[in-house]
Amino acid sequence: MSTVTDLVQWGLRGASQPRRRALALRVGAVLAFLGLWSLASGLVVLLDLFNPIFLAGPWLVLGKVVQLAANGQLWEHVGATLLRVLVGFTSGAVLALALGLPAGHFRAVRNALEPIVELFRPIPPLAMLPLFIVWVGIGETSKITFITYATFFPMFLTTVHAVQQVDPLLLRAASSLGARRTQLFFRVVLPAALPEILTGIRLGVALSFFVIVISEFIGAEQGLGYLINDGRNFFLVPQMLGAAIVLGLLGYGGNALVVLLERRWLRWEHPPSA
Amino acid sequence: MSTVGVGGAGGARVQIEGVHKSFTLDGRSAPALIDISLEVQTGELLCLLGPSGCGKSTLLNIVAGFLPPTGGRVLVDGSPITGPGPERGVVFQEYVLFPWLTVAQNIEFGPRLMGVPAARCREITARYLEMVGLSEHATKFPVQLSGGMKQRVAIARALANSPSIVLMDEPFGALDAQTREVMQEELSRIQRVEHKTIVFVTHSIREAVYLADRVVVMTSSPGRIKEVFPIKLPETRNRFAPEFTHYESEITRVVKEEVAKVHE
Ligand SMILES: Nc1ncnc2c1ncn2[C@@H]1O[C@H](COP(=O)(O)OP(=O)(O)OP(=O)(O)O)[C@@H](O)[C@H]1O
Ligand SMILES: [Mg+2]
Repeated sequence: MSTVTDLVQWGLRGASQPRRRALALRVGAVLAFLGLWSLASGLVVLLDLFNPIFLAGPWLVLGKVVQLAANGQLWEHVGATLLRVLVGFTSGAVLALALGLPAGHFRAVRNALEPIVELFRPIPPLAMLPLFIVWVGIGETSKITFITYATFFPMFLTTVHAVQQVDPLLLRAASSLGARRTQLFFRVVLPAALPEILTGIRLGVALSFFVIVISEFIGAEQGLGYLINDGRNFFLVPQMLGAAIVLGLLGYGGNALVVLLERRWLRWEHPPSA
Repeated sequence: MSTVGVGGAGGARVQIEGVHKSFTLDGRSAPALIDISLEVQTGELLCLLGPSGCGKSTLLNIVAGFLPPTGGRVLVDGSPITGPGPERGVVFQEYVLFPWLTVAQNIEFGPRLMGVPAARCREITARYLEMVGLSEHATKFPVQLSGGMKQRVAIARALANSPSIVLMDEPFGALDAQTREVMQEELSRIQRVEHKTIVFVTHSIREAVYLADRVVVMTSSPGRIKEVFPIKLPETRNRFAPEFTHYESEITRVVKEEVAKVHE
């Protein structure tokens, strides 16, 4: 990806050259993987190793995805999954920041929250899913709550750590330049903690896609997890693989969004060398 | 935070009265500073010399308001300090730039906090960038700077906030000999115009004699005041004048006694 400043500086060639080579390498690797996959599924058919229904070739899977996309079903499922992830993750992130920032900054808040968080943290979030279903029903709310719950812990803990780790000398420097309490928080603590907070957010995004599938296995009518589970009931291997790949792409996209934010907000860590 | 206003040109009087400082290590209290009393006059440049670990940075941190003294007190223009404040600018031994801000943004950090209008901020920044010779590097981030450049940004950042008192902890320590002399000349030129009250920590006796109105030599740890040398030289100083070298050798003799004690 080349930024405008890169383009201004280097033109269309120059610095972007190694990047283009990296891109070529990536595309090549994907193509090679698809080739191997085709080969494997082709051999299964040729040599009659086992029922070819279990290992559908990439073109079958792709065909299925295209078909689902064309008749509009895919978008409904993608939309349902994305909406749950978006709402669940956002609430998890807001909660983690709202509690984590003060907990990192004030020892009293930290001491009050720590035992509660430590009590729940070792419980695998999955163990809580049936409880959420009992409490709030099997519908959207339990799925969203589940994502919020699962993503809260890593984001909360990284936020607390990030704020605690802020170099006290930076606070001294700012206060001797006249910064007051709130200015210290917004102009020093927040920017200094941002890199680690974003790392936590990245973890949270990955985790949301991880746990949404599980909750969509149970009592969902829509969503990519439902599509996989539904495929299992009817031995629709192309549908299962197709849904899994679409999920992977969504997760990749989510990660790419956070990376984009990091590039933009953390330019100071790796500024383009002039 | 202290309520002393931000002075433009001109300094303020600093009175250090019977300051003691002990640090607790492994439950035992170890003295770092013992009975320090000093009065830094308005517009005076006072240099602190002493062996490593004798408490120079600790004393500076107390005057800055970062550390409470175990005993005694510090007054600025007659009122006791209660914490850090913008009238006391600090140049840290470790630079401590804000890594997420560019060179220019670091320098205008203080003025921006004070609500100085943007246009005026730009003027101030440009002036201090030029003073420390970093105009070309205004848009760089601290990770892109050498140690000496970071140190110069830290100096510009402290001065751009127009404090009446400047506390400088080995501010030229990371500079090469040539840049160091240029910066010394620059500081003494600023001092002739702005008459700030400056406490300046250094290990260089030549630097101290070149800059100071008075040189304070501290004992090895725990730090006390060993000797105070008023430097009676003209404002513009010649490093090769016989009086200059006389002060130099006199102070060197006293500092050596203390440094020798560290190695006993
Ligand atoms: N936060 C602290 N906790 C415990 N001991 C400390 C602390 N800060 C400083 N000291 C001790 O106080 C003494 C003085 O330290 P200080 O940093 O003031 O020395 P210094 O004169 O500035 O040395 P240098 O010239 O090497 O910078 C040292 O013995 C040091 O170990
Ligand atoms: Mg020191």
